[in-house]
Amino acid sequence: MKWVVAALAVVPLVASSNTLLNFGVTVLIVALAAQGWNVIGGLAGQLSFGHAAFYGVGAYTAALLQLRFGWNAYAAAGAGIVAGAALGAAIGALVFRAGLRGSYFALVTLAFAEVLRILANASPGTGGAAGLLLPLDAQPSNFQFASRVAFYAVALAYVAAALAITHAITRSRFGAQLAAVRENEDAARALGIDALRVKVQAMTLSAAITAAAGVLYLQFYLYIDSGIAFGPAVSVTALLAPVIGGVGTVFGPLVGALALEGLGTVTRIVGGSRAGVDQVLFGILLIAAIAFMPGGLVGRLSRR
Amino acid sequence: MAPAIVAEAVVNGLLTGAVYALVALGLTLIYGVLHIINFAHGALLTCAMFAVWALDAAFGLDPYVAIIVLVPCAFGLGYALQRYIIGPASRGRDGNVLLVTLGLAIVIQNGLLAVFHADTRSLARDSAFDVVAVGPMLLSTPRLVGSVVAIVVAVLLWLLLTRTDTGRAIRAVAREELGARLAGIDVRHIYAVTFGLGTACLAIAAGLLMPSYTVNPRTGEAFVLVAFTAVVLGGMGSIPGAVLGALLIGTVESLSGLFLGDSLGQVGIFLLFILVLLVRPAGLFGARA
Repeated sequence: MKWVVAALAVVPLVASSNTLLNFGVTVLIVALAAQGWNVIGGLAGQLSFGHAAFYGVGAYTAALLQLRFGWNAYAAAGAGIVAGAALGAAIGALVFRAGLRGSYFALVTLAFAEVLRILANASPGTGGAAGLLLPLDAQPSNFQFASRVAFYAVALAYVAAALAITHAITRSRFGAQLAAVRENEDAARALGIDALRVKVQAMTLSAAITAAAGVLYLQFYLYIDSGIAFGPAVSVTALLAPVIGGVGTVFGPLVGALALEGLGTVTRIVGGSRAGVDQVLFGILLIAAIAFMPGGLVGRLSRR
Repeated sequence: MAPAIVAEAVVNGLLTGAVYALVALGLTLIYGVLHIINFAHGALLTCAMFAVWALDAAFGLDPYVAIIVLVPCAFGLGYALQRYIIGPASRGRDGNVLLVTLGLAIVIQNGLLAVFHADTRSLARDSAFDVVAVGPMLLSTPRLVGSVVAIVVAVLLWLLLTRTDTGRAIRAVAREELGARLAGIDVRHIYAVTFGLGTACLAIAAGLLMPSYTVNPRTGEAFVLVAFTAVVLGGMGSIPGAVLGALLIGTVESLSGLFLGDSLGQVGIFLLFILVLLVRPAGLFGARA
């Protein structure tokens, strides 16, 4: 699997076309959001349908601090990630303390994301329906880069860091506790695992990583609105990539993001720009992945 | 504010709530028997609403007549979806069911988007604006008809579940799947029948909604969240609970629209939903989780 990262690292060396680099950056941002989802959804087994909440809070916090308070872009990005983590901790504490799991957890996370989307869309402080536009000022000190290669490298570094974190968790005591909670929470508790604590910790980390993806999106496109940041499509993509790539595996989210975005791009080239067609394929892929490929693409590849 | 206006808002809320109840009935029936949350419920409702619209546009079929045509189709579709897609693909794991129905929702919603585009459509009929005077109140005729039919359907569903062999089998499977299997009940068939019944409720709801609502590929999302909230309020799986929950939500929505304005109404429903799940996951009327 290491070749995936190695291959992604040499992309800028062999390809200077902006189309390919844009594609690469999109894949990396999706992969990062999906890696965040994978921590709570894969490692801890709590399927979130509302990770857009964290993605959006990361992006909106970073944007508002830069626009309204004149913060440096890197400080604002850091604050965006912290804000995502804080929201993850708060939602996790509320929801897990109330004992919500399975379908209930999925529904309540979805509801949180929708509340934030409606508020961001309605409130004038967040730019309302018009969204937020960061002024273009392409300097590295500004977290904006004139060359796409540089941004690609930054995004790749984030993804690599998330890979390293996930890998470290799977080898750690914390990872074993999460796996125990995922497989049988009552049994895990009987063994003395503080299920509530490990789930809240996983949710916090998960939210932080997904918030980082939102921040990257903002810094790359310099524009967000409530639909882009908090829309259900973000939650679905963050979930779809790991499910297709391999839930709970280290490389699953990245492989899934590559497969999804690749398929989406091919569909748009072949099928024209008719809205919805690529999403129909994603939905079929999701059902097919669950029916025929329980370990995802990673499981399929590594079983060979 | 004049009491007559408040009273009118309450009655209108109850009328809307009755139609919400039909959507919620399908959801709670499927949850009560299969113990799954059907994420495709909203997309299936949208699909049924488009079918009502298309029958009107192509053949000039009255939406109330369209219900008679669509109910068997919806039952068959729901039966087939559960029997041949959701059941086999998820292999009985709850998390898988959630993801498979999410996948179905994505396919249906975006399939409609690809075919019909994002435009909002409505039936071009003047009857949408008919009102009847009840005492000092003016009530929308389509909604009055909708609520009466919704209540009749709820009663019929109740009779089906309590008075027929199929209903007894459904309740047996809901209560104790293994025991039902041992008693010779074809559990997979009953699961599919239940899913078909839940989907058939949506076809009726679609026919009742279309005279006074509009439809676009994302319409179902809004209704289904309301329905989820109603079901959770009433206690997941409970049929009377779903009806009461839906009536309550219709009233709350109507009153908050009156006092707070429309844009905050939707946030109110989501917040209510979160609050109920956090504080009383068994529902207002449910005794246990």
